[in-house]
Amino acid sequence: MKVTIDGITVDVEPGTSILNAARQIGGDIVPPAMCYYSKLEGSGGKCRTCLVKVSKGSEKDPRPMPKLVASCRTTVMDGMEVQNITSPEVIEARKGVVEMLLINHPLDCPVCDQAGECHLQDLGYEHGAAKTRYEFDRRTFEKIDIGDKIQLHMTRCILCYRCVFTADQITNTRLHGILNRGDHSEISTYIQKAVDNDFSGNVIDVCPVGALTDKTFRFKNRVWFTKPVEAHRDCDKCCGKVTLWYKGEDVIRVTGRKDVYGEVEEFICNTCRFDKKKTADWTIEGPRKVSHKSVISANHYETMKPLPVVKTNPLLQEANKEQFERETRL
Amino acid sequence: MGRKLLLEHINVPGINTLEVYRQKGGYAAVEKALKTLTPDEVVEEVKKSGLRGRGGAGFPTGMKWSFLAKPEGVPRYLVCNADESEPGTFKDRYLMTYIPHLLIEGMIAASYALGANTSYIYVRGEMMPQIRILERAIAEAKNAGLLGKNIFGTGYNLELYVQPGGGAYICGEETALLESLEGKRGNPRIKPPFPAIAGLYGCPTVVNNVESIAAVVPIINEGGDEYAKIGIGRSTGTKLISASGNLKKPGVYEIELGVPVEEFIYSDEYCGGIANGKRLKAVVAGGSSVPILPANLILKTINNEARLMSYESLSDGGFATGSMMGSGGFIAFDEDQCIVRNTWNFSRFYHHESCGQCSPCREGTGWMEKVLHRLEYGHGKMSDMDLLVDVSKKIEGNTICPLGDAAAWPVASAIRHFRDEFEWHVTNAAEATSRNYGLANYADPLPKVEKAEA
Repeated sequence: MKVTIDGITVDVEPGTSILNAARQIGGDIVPPAMCYYSKLEGSGGKCRTCLVKVSKGSEKDPRPMPKLVASCRTTVMDGMEVQNITSPEVIEARKGVVEMLLINHPLDCPVCDQAGECHLQDLGYEHGAAKTRYEFDRRTFEKIDIGDKIQLHMTRCILCYRCVFTADQITNTRLHGILNRGDHSEISTYIQKAVDNDFSGNVIDVCPVGALTDKTFRFKNRVWFTKPVEAHRDCDKCCGKVTLWYKGEDVIRVTGRKDVYGEVEEFICNTCRFDKKKTADWTIEGPRKVSHKSVISANHYETMKPLPVVKTNPLLQEANKEQFERETRL
Repeated sequence: MGRKLLLEHINVPGINTLEVYRQKGGYAAVEKALKTLTPDEVVEEVKKSGLRGRGGAGFPTGMKWSFLAKPEGVPRYLVCNADESEPGTFKDRYLMTYIPHLLIEGMIAASYALGANTSYIYVRGEMMPQIRILERAIAEAKNAGLLGKNIFGTGYNLELYVQPGGGAYICGEETALLESLEGKRGNPRIKPPFPAIAGLYGCPTVVNNVESIAAVVPIINEGGDEYAKIGIGRSTGTKLISASGNLKKPGVYEIELGVPVEEFIYSDEYCGGIANGKRLKAVVAGGSSVPILPANLILKTINNEARLMSYESLSDGGFATGSMMGSGGFIAFDEDQCIVRNTWNFSRFYHHESCGQCSPCREGTGWMEKVLHRLEYGHGKMSDMDLLVDVSKKIEGNTICPLGDAAAWPVASAIRHFRDEFEWHVTNAAEATSRNYGLANYADPLPKVEKAEA
């Protein structure tokens, strides 16, 4: 079936979500996603950053949808037309969501391990205001120790539920979840238990902000000073395909390999993540290709290659103005 | 006198017992449905009646029933939403308390229509007396062969259960209710899929309000066409209204839809006017989640015609000049009441009841409450009103479930219609914080306690 997003038409399989249809096109028309994770069943729909406007429901029923919809949880219909960055209403709503998310997320990027890899940082840069209108006390938490490998900074958590889904679906024991309700909600282990199983480290990878951090890496370096390298090893628990993060000659962090949308391709085990920190443990495949959006890609940006339709459509040219300007600057 | 269909026998002594209920013609509708109508014919009668959901959304009940998927070999469920927790709404518990068999009869008829063999009445956990009453009534009906196997010898089987809820407002939202009924945390599900396709335990499910299900009984008794003759326009039949606030006679009233609002407030048949000879200042027409309207707009529509107690008339002109029928929680405010305090109070409720799943509702409801709190306590700013309107816009329509809208509408409408009063709270902070908000006429219980001790 055909779906048109910001004027670009794409053929997709029935059952595809608007977000995944947009990902098939790529570029700036892909809505941001803080809670959706394609590898986690049932995720998405919560953070509301991926809201889009459906200006035409389908060929059969062309009426527009009355409200903005979460693109990650809305499946496409044949002939559907969607507006993302071409809808001022969507941009305004997204600005609102960013403002709400930043109410209880401190801008402590200078000391946060996720800085440079943080989806909220990108979102704040693209949609945030220079100044907040929120003048009340933020909620704060004591740091929670949930085992010898993972540190939980609940203060930074935006309650995307990704780590809860991971614990439910990837690991064989779920030891943490959401406590309380409303803005008192918090991620916690039940009665301060440790999160301890072979795949628990994946909750660090799925966290879109710096709420769950790797204790073996914390404060060791800024991500943009590291050198990511693809590597693999024979592992009896997981696929063994990882990204090694080098500082000089030393491997200071091991993570799952992430795709262009920041999602790990395959989940990895704790042995690969935490215990194999020597180059000799791995077969090196070569440098990791880094997205132009990442700070790690400093000095080797990918050149923007706009689709032909973007070049010819004035509306899309305007919507992609920032990218064009960036390309000219470079 | 308006016609009564649900509360006709409410004053008959012992109507809460099966014996008296049957003497007054109870369970005739079920017998008629099971013996003379097919399930599809019952659905058709409900469609013909034009009955709209009485829980708040006002969606046509018959149409909702017809959406129910009917896959082979998969059970279907009917769930009665008796979670009633909208501030200002107390009609369902009245019905359950005084005439429980009406609900049970409606449940049997509706379950038969939907092809459900197991149905649930999900009651808010705090309403323990109503839970006990329903359990007793179900036991009575079961002993009489009206529930269980082979009802009226027709071969139709139905098991009916009462399930106490967790006591959270959000569990009144149909998908959160289903989650709660399944034993999970009461968080709304993301739709689609709608419950008609995948509801309770992933099976096709219809969730209806207590009053909607009770209304099935007179619809079957009298026929859908006869029922549709009552009311006005697309607002057919009768509706229970829970009237509260500064009214001479607050209470639960059954009205024929289409009664003028003015008549409802001032006639002796209904509320009898405003208490203590005060003037009407504002009305929340359909429970705390709907927009508040000042006296002039609640009595007249945008076209300067008399506003009626109907779904269409109450929403006349959109939210700028209209409101909603909602769940029928009619709250009247007299001239002494403070709209800022009232709005803060509502906002406090929605902040407390937000489930916390989606960002705009989780963070926005708390933000609005804090700004309103500061206005109420004399620390507000002139810019706060614009801030509140903007935050409410950022929440409205952008959340998983309608709780976001419910939190946003009262705030936005209060500022739209009573901005002067909000500004007065900023410019006269000291005076605003020292007012007693209409509590002057209430006796202070403290002296009595001291006297008793002495």
